[in-house]
Amino acid sequence: MTEAAMDLEAEAAGVVKKFMYVNRKAPYGTIYALEGLEVVLISAAFDQDVSLAFLDDGVYQLVKGQQTKGIEVKNFSPTYRALEGYDIEKLYVERESLEARGLTADQLLVPVEVMGRDELVRRMEEQDVVIAF
Amino acid sequence: MLHIVNKSPFEKTTLASCLAHAGPGAAVLLIEDAVYGATTLNAAEGALKGALGRVAVYALGPDLEARGMKERVIEGVKVVDYAGFVDLVAEHKTSQSWL
Amino acid sequence: MAIEVGGKTLETDEEGYLVNLADWTEDVANAIAKAENVDMSGNHWEVVNFLREYYNEYQIAPAVRVLTKAIGKKLGPDKGNSKYLYELFPYGPAKQACKIAGLPKPTGCV
Repeated sequence: MTEAAMDLEAEAAGVVKKFMYVNRKAPYGTIYALEGLEVVLISAAFDQDVSLAFLDDGVYQLVKGQQTKGIEVKNFSPTYRALEGYDIEKLYVERESLEARGLTADQLLVPVEVMGRDELVRRMEEQDVVIAF
Repeated sequence: MLHIVNKSPFEKTTLASCLAHAGPGAAVLLIEDAVYGATTLNAAEGALKGALGRVAVYALGPDLEARGMKERVIEGVKVVDYAGFVDLVAEHKTSQSWL
Repeated sequence: MAIEVGGKTLETDEEGYLVNLADWTEDVANAIAKAENVDMSGNHWEVVNFLREYYNEYQIAPAVRVLTKAIGKKLGPDKGNSKYLYELFPYGPAKQACKIAGLPKPTGCV
């Protein structure tokens, strides 16, 4: 059993742990972003303290206006807006990654908390479990 | 020669390496996540702009659209559809995919 | 697998979920419901239509907990509870109602 699975089992005993999912990949070139999002949705059932971090190319997952008809791939960007209904409200975006890509928070499709690298690293270090995609 | 790149310039150095190795008159086609390299206002655009006078740069339109990046294409980069992709491959004697 | 509706053959997966979302019509919903022994009432349609709207907006079928909460918000607390929803869809409001609504199985349901 992986460490993450054991941590999920600990929830059965009523222990709430801090889980952070780290998203570092752009949405369609690889399957990581979609798979990561599905894991987050599934894990929401375990009532843990979940946060999502978007850094490096992961910030591209949240860009408004994605239209995937032409590449015949499912556009999963609207699903990020469903996270709130799953009680996943801690979305952290690294400021340096946004700036390097010429993006601003108002160009993203969900409300997020933009923070500098140092602050993001500090939050990462507070976690019980960090899972990266 | 046609060079094809499919990874984001922020994730892999293939675009930078490809631009450094593309000779005069070469064509560079950006597809999949590499289309982010064809967009403006980001830390990676300088390298591509610097290469524009020397090589022809193309980006695949459906990949730009999928990523919400269609309005941010660097001036001078030509946007092509799938048929244009095929034409580029046919026009060049050789093509190389940068992995 | 497949189902027959109005002379057309529609592809489904091994559990009876439609493969192509675009195949769905109200007749298809009635046919799937019949096979599941669900007699579609106005209350059933309310949930099925809600699910379709949810899918249109978010591109996923909601988990049952999320569905229950969202229904409560939209249709009131007397409908946003598991007892009410399980009475309508005995095999699970998310699983069974999604099937009738022509949606994929909710993410995370086994």
